[in-house]
Amino acid sequence: MIGRRSQILDEADRWLFPVILLVSVYVALRGHNAPGGGFAGGLVAGAAFVLRFLAGGALSVRRSTIARSTTLIGIGLFVAAATALAPLLVGDALLESTIWKVDLPAIGTVKIVSSAIFDVGVYLLVVGVVLAVLLALGADPIHRDGERADAGVEAGEVPS
Amino acid sequence: MIVLVLLHAVVAVAVLTAARARPVAGAVLGCAVLGATAVTVGVLGIGRSTVRHEAWAWVPDLGLQLAFRLDGFAVVMALVVSVIGVLVLAYSISYFDHDATYVRFVGLFVAFAGAMTGLVMAADLFTMFVFWELTSVCSFLLIGLNDRSAAARTAALRALLVTGAGGLCLLAGVVLLQVAAGTSDFAELASAAPVGSMVTTAACLALIGAFTKSAQFPFHFWLPGAMAAPTPVSAYLHSATMVKAGIVLMARLAPVFGDLDVWRWAVVVCGGTTMLLGGARAMRQTDAKLLLAHSTVSQLGFLTLLVGLGVPGATYAGVAHLVAHAVFKAGLFLGVGVVDHATGTRDIRRLSGLAREMPFVTVCMCAAAASMAGLIPLFGFATKEQALVALLDADAGAAGTVALVAVVVGAVLSAGYSVRLVRGLFGTKRDLADIADVEHAHVHVHHRPSVGLSVPMASFALVSLVAGLGADTVGRWLQAPVVALDAGATGVLHLWPGLTTAFAISLTVVALGAVLGWRVPDAVAPTVVSVSGERIFQRVFDGLLDGSKRLTVVTQSGSLVAYLGIVMAVLTAALVAGIAKDPGAGFDDLRLADSWVQAAIAAIAIVFAGAVVAARDRFVSALLIGGVGFACALLFALYGAPDLALTQILVETLTIVVFLLVLRQMPRRFAADPVWAPKVVRLAISVGVGCAVAAFAVMVSAARRAPSVGGTYAELSLPEAGGNNIVNVILVDFRGVDTLGEITVLATAALGVTNLVRMARRARARALEAAAPSPLEGGSDT
Repeated sequence: MIGRRSQILDEADRWLFPVILLVSVYVALRGHNAPGGGFAGGLVAGAAFVLRFLAGGALSVRRSTIARSTTLIGIGLFVAAATALAPLLVGDALLESTIWKVDLPAIGTVKIVSSAIFDVGVYLLVVGVVLAVLLALGADPIHRDGERADAGVEAGEVPS
Repeated sequence: MIVLVLLHAVVAVAVLTAARARPVAGAVLGCAVLGATAVTVGVLGIGRSTVRHEAWAWVPDLGLQLAFRLDGFAVVMALVVSVIGVLVLAYSISYFDHDATYVRFVGLFVAFAGAMTGLVMAADLFTMFVFWELTSVCSFLLIGLNDRSAAARTAALRALLVTGAGGLCLLAGVVLLQVAAGTSDFAELASAAPVGSMVTTAACLALIGAFTKSAQFPFHFWLPGAMAAPTPVSAYLHSATMVKAGIVLMARLAPVFGDLDVWRWAVVVCGGTTMLLGGARAMRQTDAKLLLAHSTVSQLGFLTLLVGLGVPGATYAGVAHLVAHAVFKAGLFLGVGVVDHATGTRDIRRLSGLAREMPFVTVCMCAAAASMAGLIPLFGFATKEQALVALLDADAGAAGTVALVAVVVGAVLSAGYSVRLVRGLFGTKRDLADIADVEHAHVHVHHRPSVGLSVPMASFALVSLVAGLGADTVGRWLQAPVVALDAGATGVLHLWPGLTTAFAISLTVVALGAVLGWRVPDAVAPTVVSVSGERIFQRVFDGLLDGSKRLTVVTQSGSLVAYLGIVMAVLTAALVAGIAKDPGAGFDDLRLADSWVQAAIAAIAIVFAGAVVAARDRFVSALLIGGVGFACALLFALYGAPDLALTQILVETLTIVVFLLVLRQMPRRFAADPVWAPKVVRLAISVGVGCAVAAFAVMVSAARRAPSVGGTYAELSLPEAGGNNIVNVILVDFRGVDTLGEITVLATAALGVTNLVRMARRARARALEAAAPSPLEGGSDT
């Protein structure tokens, strides 16, 4: 990690991290009708991890993720590509949107557009990319004196 | 026919995946498939008045299809492929150890047989090309079957590169021909008889493809190298079938191009040279298998001459001799394999007196070799006799005369190396002990050849004999296949031709050849011929690798700033070229500012940018660049682009963090004075790219000709894509493919970063470990 640990950052991280993640999902999902979208949402989530990184270092970021960054990237790319290709199966054009309207009790009619799933893929992928870069570049440099070397904990190598 | 080809593929895959434990079962299954192919082809093709035609649309938009036609020639070739395949595969059961390599052999063998069957039945050039390449790939894998042998791997790679390059030439020729003649169907080509320089070029390219495949001079060198493969592979692919693919192609195209001077001379010169060169080399070999390989090269030259000339009688003789050669050469290879299996060597300097110990093998090999030498009453005599008659009668001008001379001299050589082979393998040599460089002078027969090895070998010898005795009948059978190639082609085969000029030549040739073969000593000086195709190939190959290395060193200096400088300089040049088309456009409508807010933000951005240039500290300049980015985001927000502003702010934030993470590892301050270019040049590039980008931006904003698509997108956004946010709808729907591409790039970049960093860390950790004896302390630092 960079420098010494800051109490303020620690507290800020503890309270803000989940909130920022929640906001990021909100930003991602509302994107179809208002400013936002998968890319922006993913970046917001990335910012949450940056905050955690600044507060607790690479290790605490790695501890707080449920999947490896490369797994996230893979899932994201797969979801996006699958959504793009799915219409071909039913004879539509690539990336053709389908709109479903679902009636939910107490909430009312919810409109779901298939391209939102595409956006979810983008979101996951962007989160994965930010994490990958953060963990790769943020890992502590190996020093000559061996004091702060975390030789065993290389980027992405610790099973989550 | 499509079903037959597919069946081969299915069985090949099944053997490769499922038959690991039971290779023999796989081989039996393979024999069954090949046998079924032979029967089906026979039933569908022989004696039918109509030619069966099948086509399967492949890329309908381009008019590409997999088309097969089972005409007479295809029937003969398919029978050769499948019947010889069955015998060789049956032979292989006794020849190989039944291990994993054998499973691979069986699978690839069946796959190859399928590809070859498809090739000979192809009705157009594109179909033929597809199977052509498949046979190249199978050949590569089969030559390199013993993947632990460096020699086998090299030979496999060489064969693949040569035939692959030829395949590319063929493809180019096919495409040109399709463009020039409007068809690639053999029958339509023959009736259309296209002419023109483009057609000539196409013919030459196709000929190069055929020459590489059939090991014609100057591409003949890969075939002897391919003998690194096990004997059954050599027998089947590199003598009986695959190397005939080039002959098949020439046979199909000769009726179309045979009258072109360049075609005729290329065929005569290359074919003749190959025939003589291969024959002369065969006379010098001491390894029986290599002797056969060179003799195959020689015989392929002979076939090229006959089939490529496009003279009806010669075509007939060519097809007949193609069959004869496939039969006797497969038999000879299998026989050498039997000797190799029994004694452990193929070196004719070490073998002596085998005739007494292996009489049956000797008789079979003598029959096959007699067919190769052109002795009466074997099949090879009848076909060679017809070739001589055809060339004597041919009306092909000077080329025909040259061809005749080459064939006569080549025939002397082929009689010679046939004698050398038989004498070397089976004869009793009294002076064996005198040869200094042979360690164990005499080798013993370890075991009797098994039935599984003997029967396939004897079958080939028997067919050579029976077909020779019944040459007149076989000759009539071959009438239909040749007519399928060239409507005017006729010919007959005779067991006893009578006392004609050709017969006289034949007798002289055999007598001369026998003397030659008997007189040339077993141990000969290594070839003194300096022009070796193999060496030239190696030189070209090494040169290419070396050249690309040098080019990389020159163009990739490894200096990041130098790369950046070059990129920017090229960008500036491109932009200036664009601006120069219409200089000054757009500057008339330029306003200083729309509002004081805008002006203020712009001023902030300019100040930041200026500070970046002035900063001497890496951290500071990274932060300042971020400032420029935030100012831009403000401008976007000001102009009603909230999406853009949001993204810009987020990206800018993360970029700064990443920047700082990277900069930790670098020196705090910039290097005093970069050395990759003088200061003037660097300054010029910087100022140039700045001005050019700015000017270009102004120009582009004024250069709109087509109406903006924004309006259409806005209208369609809600009904088509169900979203109110046009920007996002564009991203995920209208231009979703772009997004898909971009996120793929993003993912690739992230993986690249991760792996680069990981590799660098490993390397550094290893270096440190090596430098300091004490191990690094593990654990975290939280």
